[in-house]
Amino acid sequence: MSLTDADLTALLVTLKLAAISTCILLLVGTPIAWWLARTRWRFKFLIEAVVALPLVLPPTVLGFYLLVTLGPHGPIGGLMETLGGRPLAFTFSGLVIGSVLYSMPFVIQPVQNAFSAIGNRPLEVAATLRASPLDRFFTVAVPLAAPGFITAAVLGFAHTLGEFGVVLMIGGNIPGETQVVSIAIYDHVEALEYSQAHWISGGLLLLSFVLLMAVYALNRRFTVVKT
Amino acid sequence: MSIELQLSLARGDFSLDVALSLPGRGVTAIFGPSGCGKTTLLRAIAGLEPDVQGTLQVGDRCWQGPDRFLPTHKRPLGYVFQEPSLFAHLSVQGNLEYGLKRRKGQPEKIALASAIELLGIGHLLQRKPHQLSGGEQQRVAIARALAVSPDILLMDEPLAALDQQRKQEILPYLESLHQTLDIPLLYVSHSRDEVARLADHMVLLSEGRVKATGSINALFTRLDLSLAHEPGTETVINAVVAGHDAHYGLSHLDFAGGRFTVAGKPLPLDQPVRLQVLARDVSLTLEHQGQTSILNIFPATVEALAEAGPAHITVRLLLGNVPLLSRITRKSAEELGLAPGTAVYAQIKSVALMT
Repeated sequence: MSLTDADLTALLVTLKLAAISTCILLLVGTPIAWWLARTRWRFKFLIEAVVALPLVLPPTVLGFYLLVTLGPHGPIGGLMETLGGRPLAFTFSGLVIGSVLYSMPFVIQPVQNAFSAIGNRPLEVAATLRASPLDRFFTVAVPLAAPGFITAAVLGFAHTLGEFGVVLMIGGNIPGETQVVSIAIYDHVEALEYSQAHWISGGLLLLSFVLLMAVYALNRRFTVVKT
Repeated sequence: MSIELQLSLARGDFSLDVALSLPGRGVTAIFGPSGCGKTTLLRAIAGLEPDVQGTLQVGDRCWQGPDRFLPTHKRPLGYVFQEPSLFAHLSVQGNLEYGLKRRKGQPEKIALASAIELLGIGHLLQRKPHQLSGGEQQRVAIARALAVSPDILLMDEPLAALDQQRKQEILPYLESLHQTLDIPLLYVSHSRDEVARLADHMVLLSEGRVKATGSINALFTRLDLSLAHEPGTETVINAVVAGHDAHYGLSHLDFAGGRFTVAGKPLPLDQPVRLQVLARDVSLTLEHQGQTSILNIFPATVEALAEAGPAHITVRLLLGNVPLLSRITRKSAEELGLAPGTAVYAQIKSVALMT
């Protein structure tokens, strides 16, 4: 006996959630990481602390505040309802928002570190070679920070895969919409279906291991090339 | 074209405050000890120091003024940093083409092919920067700066990060740049030797202020500057090849104050050369010595004298209107009765020829 349809659906929802969250994080996180790496603003540590918060905060706390904000009586959820939409709590979109916040440090920090490691010099060189600021960003900073982007993407993706607390708080457990694998595992264990739980857990373990292995292998290749 | 600037910057306990008018051709050395602001001045000219105040006019274009600050990428300059700073993610070819592709609309003064040839990097094009030696990397960096066909080339101690051997590898390329390019080159250096070999003009900086500026010959021989009092003090003289004596293997080199005869392989006629005469290789006599092995003897006039240490005197001579330094003992100076205006003969024991 292997995975049931419901498990497969949960797996697909999880992969879709991780992929979408990672893409959003790369798009939104890169400018933030760039700004954090370059700014000389003296209160920059405030923003850095906010970015790092999900690292230490219990996911249930994050989930709770999201539920309050996104639910029908929260400011954003209420706004959505007035605009004729539905509140984001207990929807896939709500899950995406939660995942983005939950995995934020895993994406922003590696990219920020990679941008910092480049230093000012390559950008100055590019400026003396007629490259405008935007041009310098895309043709010098981003390629030189490539290892950081790969680390960020894989960590963001893998971390979202294992999300549980946030999902439980704001996603609920709607099969095909908000039921992700970690919750499916929990359900199986609750129902004493250990064999099912084993299958999914083993799969998740293997996937996470392969992803992390890829990060370290790729980073080694990059460091070898750099020195 | 000339470069007029008046720039100032205050940063912590360092301040830069310079007003200069630099020639629009030839090599101008910005010279001074570490920490005197040479690099900051060069970076300010390149627009890499956004806090700098003042005005900067290059030819007929204003790069910086009271309400104007042309960003670096809009200034038609080439910049060579102290470290090669090649883009690690691009091949040598990619590095060279980076600026070339962005040059848009500016006339090509230096073709990439000739920059590649000038710096001898044709065989490296497909390599990645980390596969090159330090000297090769710096040659690529120089070619990359040339490939944008700049109106002015700025070099910040391009040899400082290299060992002696690599320096000797690059210097000939810089010398040929000097002769091939008709754009001005600002060359930051704290090496007297490099300046003597490369520069035509010189700006002497000290603690963020201009101490002196002028032709290299004039500044090297000014007795009021410390340059004339160092142990290796030399005079740099520009000359042209006037002829050869095949029988003895000698070349004749004419300069404004006469003619040098030196040994060495024959150079093409009329080629400009640069001569270096160490002050301690110049001895003085009151009468012309007929019986001597020294080939280069010139009538000269003592212009000024200055003490150089407890036992020595630096004498500034004029050969026609060309200044020349001589380092002799105070004892000799007294015995010869040297004073400004004394007519002497300068016997030059050895001349270094730099092409």
